[in-house]
Amino acid sequence: MAQSIAGAVRPPFWLLAELTYRCPLHCVFCSNPIDYAQHDSELDTATWKRVLAEARAMGAVQLGFSGGEPLLRDDLEELVAHASGLGFYTNLITSGVGLTLARAQALKAAGLDHIQLSFQDSTRELNDFISSTRTFELKSKVAAIIKSLGYPMVLNCVMHRFNLPHVGRIIDMAERMGADYLELANTQYYGWAWLNRAALMPTVEELRVAEAVVTVHRDNAVSRMKVLWVSPDYADAKPKPCMAGWGAVFMVVAPDGLALPCHSARMLPGPAMPDLREVSVHSAWHDSEAFNRYRGQAWMNDTCGTCDERGRDFGGCRCQAFLLTGDAAATDPVCPKSDRRGSVDALLADAVTARATAAEQPLRFVAGASKQAGLIYRSDANSRACGGGGAPC
Amino acid sequence: MKAETPVRPAMAAMFRLQFEPAQDSWVLLYPEGMVRLNTPAAEILRRCDGHRSVDEIVAELEAAFLRGDLHGDVLAFLAQARERGWVQ
Repeated sequence: MAQSIAGAVRPPFWLLAELTYRCPLHCVFCSNPIDYAQHDSELDTATWKRVLAEARAMGAVQLGFSGGEPLLRDDLEELVAHASGLGFYTNLITSGVGLTLARAQALKAAGLDHIQLSFQDSTRELNDFISSTRTFELKSKVAAIIKSLGYPMVLNCVMHRFNLPHVGRIIDMAERMGADYLELANTQYYGWAWLNRAALMPTVEELRVAEAVVTVHRDNAVSRMKVLWVSPDYADAKPKPCMAGWGAVFMVVAPDGLALPCHSARMLPGPAMPDLREVSVHSAWHDSEAFNRYRGQAWMNDTCGTCDERGRDFGGCRCQAFLLTGDAAATDPVCPKSDRRGSVDALLADAVTARATAAEQPLRFVAGASKQAGLIYRSDANSRACGGGGAPC
Repeated sequence: MKAETPVRPAMAAMFRLQFEPAQDSWVLLYPEGMVRLNTPAAEILRRCDGHRSVDEIVAELEAAFLRGDLHGDVLAFLAQARERGWVQ
């Protein structure tokens, strides 16, 4: 039952425009849905402009252009100019592939405020292995282009068992490139990362060692670069305040126009996500059953609803609850109060066992590989093979 | 490290200052974030354009708010803003 509680609900602050699921990279931790190949329609330029205008009119102020790789849309400059004219602070979240000097200049002229560039590692070997592309040199050149044009630059590196031992070198690389922020984004297990969780999972010890390197850097830093260590919530056993609350500040718009409360929500059972080809952003945010489903605290079970932390962590992550327990309304299983915490501990224990038994193999980029070292690359073929039933394979 | 307040402060490139009707306040926008400003902070930062000197900013604010003693407050705020990287 949809309910309108518009009077009590604040407008979205953040709009993430996933312009396309197409991407030249094949990262094994991609947050796009595993079945993305089934959702290959894309909003046209005029519809995106309407969506942006509606969100801005409600008060949204931060806008991310993401994907997939947003540079694959040749109307990106037009959309940035439109958004900038509306008064959004515009962020481009990119792999760097396609960001030539000419395009970076055109985006600057269109009013783009900031670029977040992804790296997969500080070494060419691992960067190229994890993304299954030869992109390390290209990304290094793109970082120089971004800085030469005076953009604020955030480097983002998703962290997992393979690159955690390199964290010090990743920080040094970001410093050399002149990054303003470095996000060390410990893998969140959704989408392709969920599919590859066994192979990506670090041990608690590996995480603690890496975090200690970050702490030492923070204490001794001479540069202005800020380093953000995204909490590895499985190991920290502390539910994250996911999206700062369901339907509280954040709206994702998927390439095909579905409005989502978070990147992963389209895989949840229950009410259909609102389709912005048919309804307004205002209606999706305030009136849709999907956005109201886990808004506030009324949906919480007794464990969450009586917990002192519920005003800070908002009950953790609904997608994580669904993936680990099959019930999206369950207590987030990373929480020690969850009766399913054992399923998280088992995944962490498996990582310890794997390290003790597996022979390390050299990781190297192989063109066209669909699987390597127990990892399934994000690709159209794998998406069709693994995403067919809607459930993770 | 004590931050030196520049003679002619300017907003750092990372930050953008604008009025948000939905918030009914001035805000500082930066990559993926926002700080809502109180009125005195906004009135000072709006004048950090790289052209006005600190003395000129103080004089303007004293005239606008009919106060004669704002020099210390403005300097203290600018030192904080410098430490947070808002102005350079």
